Amino acid sequence: MSEVESISRTPAGDTRDLTMIEAINEALDIMLERDPDVILLGEDIGYFGGVFRATAGLQEKHGKTRVFDTPISECGIIGVAVGMGAYGLRPVPEIQFADYIYPGLDQLVSEAARLRYRSAAEFIAPMTVRTPFGGGIFGGQTHSQSPEALFTHVAGLKTVVPSTPYDAKGLLIAAIEDNDPVIFFEPKRIYNGPFDGYYDQPTRPWKGHPDAHVPEGHYTVSLGQARIVRAGDALTVLAYGTMVHVAEAVCRQKAVDAEIIDLRTLVPLDIEAIEKSVRKTGRCLIVHEATRTSGFGAELSALVTERCFYHLEAPVERVTGFDTPYPHSLEWAYFPGPVRVGEGIDKLLSE
Amino acid sequence: MAEHDAATRQNRPRLSLHVPEPLFRPGDKVDFTHLVIPHAGLQPRPDESCHPRETFALCTDLVRVLDDDHQAQGPWNPRLAPDQLRRILREMALIRAFDSRMYRLQRQGKTSFYLKCSGEEATSIAATHALDFEDMIFPSYRQQGCLIARGYPLVDMINQIFSNRADKLKGRQLPILYSAKSVNFFTISGNLATQLPQATGFAMASASRGDSKIAVGWVGEGSTAEGDFHSALLFAAVYNAPVIFNIVNNQWAISSFSGFAGAERATFAARAIGYGIAGLRVDGNDVLAVYAAQRWAADRARANAGPTLIEYFTFRAEGHSTSDDPTAYRSAQEGVEWPLGDPIARLRDHLIAIGEWSIAQHESMDGELDEQVKTATREAEKNGILGHGLHQPDRTMFEDVFEDQPWHLKEQAAQAVHERRVKYPDGDTA
Repeated sequence: MSEVESISRTPAGDTRDLTMIEAINEALDIMLERDPDVILLGEDIGYFGGVFRATAGLQEKHGKTRVFDTPISECGIIGVAVGMGAYGLRPVPEIQFADYIYPGLDQLVSEAARLRYRSAAEFIAPMTVRTPFGGGIFGGQTHSQSPEALFTHVAGLKTVVPSTPYDAKGLLIAAIEDNDPVIFFEPKRIYNGPFDGYYDQPTRPWKGHPDAHVPEGHYTVSLGQARIVRAGDALTVLAYGTMVHVAEAVCRQKAVDAEIIDLRTLVPLDIEAIEKSVRKTGRCLIVHEATRTSGFGAELSALVTERCFYHLEAPVERVTGFDTPYPHSLEWAYFPGPVRVGEGIDKLLSE
Repeated sequence: MAEHDAATRQNRPRLSLHVPEPLFRPGDKVDFTHLVIPHAGLQPRPDESCHPRETFALCTDLVRVLDDDHQAQGPWNPRLAPDQLRRILREMALIRAFDSRMYRLQRQGKTSFYLKCSGEEATSIAATHALDFEDMIFPSYRQQGCLIARGYPLVDMINQIFSNRADKLKGRQLPILYSAKSVNFFTISGNLATQLPQATGFAMASASRGDSKIAVGWVGEGSTAEGDFHSALLFAAVYNAPVIFNIVNNQWAISSFSGFAGAERATFAARAIGYGIAGLRVDGNDVLAVYAAQRWAADRARANAGPTLIEYFTFRAEGHSTSDDPTAYRSAQEGVEWPLGDPIARLRDHLIAIGEWSIAQHESMDGELDEQVKTATREAEKNGILGHGLHQPDRTMFEDVFEDQPWHLKEQAAQAVHERRVKYPDGDTA
């Protein structure tokens, strides 16, 4: 199903090329229009339209009681969103940077994630927390983190990471319509154009990229469904967010017949797509920006080893950020760029 | 190093760290004469739609209605009909009888945990009477009185306490962490103060939809130290949310006296001042004062005049929970000497003083309530007690984590069912 959808995608409506930011803005606009229960809140998202412009124009169009600014209090933003969900609204809170989600963590882990379970479904938290994440923009320690593993570890939360404008819109609409709490990580490095890891080359815009053709109107990309970015036989690459583009570029340059899977949703995970691919290729490379130890790659590696052990021709390889806080000046030494990904591929293929 | 530095700066006074200490410890003779308890009826009652600053003097005062002669005094007298007062009295006595029996059931090993609200019955019950049924209550774990006041069935409460097969929460929650949407009582969390920003959010949602419901958050004075307390008050103030924050200042947070939540410097009601919201400090053992204050705040919220913070000054008459022994940290005399008395006795005496009640009626009522709780307990025990079979099927553990079950939970549910077959080869395979 994943393959069919990704390789011969034929969207229904008219398409234009949008950046990921424009695609996100359009998804929010559509949901505000369609569902009176959708409400947007966060720091600087109202009048100003967000520090990344994701909510530009939405307050003017939908009014101050649907789209509004909040105090600088992540605990408050998430906490009131839980209460709004209990009332029956469908809140979409924004946390300005994923690095600043921690003050809201108790409300996410102890409350949003468990509301349905502990109340036996009397109360639910149908909220989507949007938050820019990932590095590659000289953001230093507190504008670059990838804390997805903290959330994938929490029972009751769904975790989503888009890598293209098409997916960003479809996944965000699906997340907002989903009745479970969703953490929606937006890779800010690829807001305005794909990034292949070559930081010393000019940035490309999304315009002209096949995944930037975004249909008008409402459509969804199902949560829990991976995308086969490229079909291949030599090895399987599991990636999400910015790293999908880095892996794709490296495989192209090395002319490796890799099968690249963009996970899109980390929880629930598309285990079928992963198993099918690794059983075919016999080799698996896992790539993420987040630090290595106890990162989501460890879960992926364990799952692949448990479920595809007799098909593996080499140990599962992980290419990740280093186990340090995200540095400022040494950003490109930290970032798992083309050299590290390339060596991971070489190692896997040499086994 | 630090010592050396200090020694070379002899011309400056040495700093000292202040660590609060309660006035009385186990064995101490208790003397509450330092507490300022103003006469009933003297506190002014501003209009419900007043500017918050008109309430600031009331944040350090104490709103009281019932005087030492058991008469209702002053502008805060809510002038409730005797029938309603008798209903409130009955519900307070019922929750006390309920607490007492549940506590014993825990001691008998029929459940793992219980927690009484003794001495604080007026706060939850009288406050709930002052609200509309549609108003959403965001309780902490010591507001079982709200459930009673909204007519929630005792049997359902006990089923939850027993975690038995009739437990509406399917045995997932620690006893007393009720959830009762049918009576607009929000699911209780073990994590303190998280319900306060949620109450604000509910109130903001209601306001944004042009609804007329308000939200009511409850918190102990100890939990006001949590960051969520600040977030809740700030958001409520910023958006003028129709929410009431009820702080039950019962003087103790497990073994820590209220000084560790800041009580040595300011009243809890005074926190309202800094946020620019209305605040009231109320005699929490005075049913009439509690009702009047809650009604004032509810009317204020309903009129879009904004949030209110209310501190109920009361006393936790018993241990924190069945896992706690208060004689290890406070004087046993404190409860006896508490100058605001017992809320049930004070309302009883008021009703007697106005000729609407008698000792004989009271005793007969207590007997009836004991019987009512006993009957409900017997009914609930038919559905099982903790650890004695009759619990939820194992598969239910995996339900409601998400709306739909993802593959990993389906696999784990199958494992649990398998384990059950291994443990009970001849039993049911739920």
